[in-house]
Amino acid sequence: MKRHILAAALLGLGLATQAGAVEYARFQPEQSRVEFTSKQMGVAVDGRFRKFDVQLAFDPAKPTAASARIDIALASIDAGSKDADDEVAGKQWFDLKAFPTASFVATGVKALGGDRYEAVGKISIKGRTQDAVLPFTVKHDGRLATFDGSLVVKRLDFAVGEGAWADVGTVANEVQVKFRIVAAAR
Amino acid sequence: MTPDNDRYTHTAVALHWLMAVLLVGLFAVGLYMTGLKLSPQKLQIYSWHKWAGVTLFLLALARLAWRLGHRPPAPPATMPRWQHVAAEGTHHLLYVLMLAIPLTGWLMSSAKGFQTVWFGVLPLPDLLAKDEALGELLAGAHKALNLGLAALVLGHVGAALKHHFIDRDGVLARMLPFLRSH
Repeated sequence: MKRHILAAALLGLGLATQAGAVEYARFQPEQSRVEFTSKQMGVAVDGRFRKFDVQLAFDPAKPTAASARIDIALASIDAGSKDADDEVAGKQWFDLKAFPTASFVATGVKALGGDRYEAVGKISIKGRTQDAVLPFTVKHDGRLATFDGSLVVKRLDFAVGEGAWADVGTVANEVQVKFRIVAAAR
Repeated sequence: MTPDNDRYTHTAVALHWLMAVLLVGLFAVGLYMTGLKLSPQKLQIYSWHKWAGVTLFLLALARLAWRLGHRPPAPPATMPRWQHVAAEGTHHLLYVLMLAIPLTGWLMSSAKGFQTVWFGVLPLPDLLAKDEALGELLAGAHKALNLGLAALVLGHVGAALKHHFIDRDGVLARMLPFLRSH
C-alpha cells in the first residue's frame, strides 16, 4: 500500500515536472496578428499583414533557450486603402517582386521579470538587415501561449518609401509594429 | 427707420465673402485631388482639404448663429413673390449644404479609415467605424451634394447679377458695399 502511494506521488511529481517543462511550439495563425500603425500627415493609419508564418519554441521554464522566427508575406498587406496597397508593392516601397518577404529572427531571449521578456534579433526587409529588440509579454495556460509584442521600425533604415516618399513630413519614418502570436503546446 | 436696415452687417458681409472664396477654392481642390495618383503631394492636399473643410463647417455654424441673431434686410418691394420664395429657399438650402457637405466629408474619412485631425493637431472623433462600402456611399453623397451646391451657387450668382444689371434694385450692393459708393 505504501509503495502504491509512493508510486502515485512520484507519478504526480513527474506530471507536474512535465507541465512545468511544457514547450509552446505549434503556431496558431487564426489567432495571431501582425498589425502596424503609420502616421500620414500626423494622422495614425492602421494596417496589417494577413499572411505570416511563425516558427517558435518557448518553454516558460527556460525562456533564454527560446527560439523564434517570423516571416511576413508582404503581398498580404492591408495598408489602409486599395490605393496604398498597390503603391507599397512598388519599387519605391517594398519592391515585392524582388523582396516578397520580411522577417524577424530572434538570436536570444532575455527574461525581464514577471511575464515580460525581450527578444533580441534581426529584422530583414527589402534586402537590408538591422538589429532589433522586440519586447513582449507571454500569457500561457499549459495549452496555449499568447505572445504580445511591439516595436518601432524606422522605414528608411530599410529604404521603404524612397524618392518623394522619403519625406518623413508626409509619412513618418517611425512605424509601430504590433505582434500577437499564439502557439499551442507541443 | 435706421439708415442701415437695408444692408447686411459688416460681419455678415465678411463671412459671406470669406466663405465664398474658401468654398470655390475647396470645390476646385476637391475636383482636382480625387484624380491624382497616390503621392506625398496627394496626401498633403487631402489633409489641407479636410482642414479647410472643418474650418468652413465652423464658419458656417458661426454664420448661422449670426444670421439667427441678425435679420437680413428685406427684399425690395418691387420683387415678385415667386422670386422672394425662390431666394429664401436657395438661401436655406445653401446653409443646409454648407453644413451637410463637411459632415459627409468627415464621416466619409472615418468610414475610409482616415481620421480627420484639424491642422494635424486637433483630432475629430471617428463617428463611424471603418467600412469600405459605407465609405464609397458617403463619397458619392459628398460629391452629389457638392454638385448640388455648385448648381445653387450658379443660380445665386446669376440672380445677384440679374438684380444688379437688369433690375437695378441695389440687391447686390447690399452684399458688395463698394458698389454703393458709385
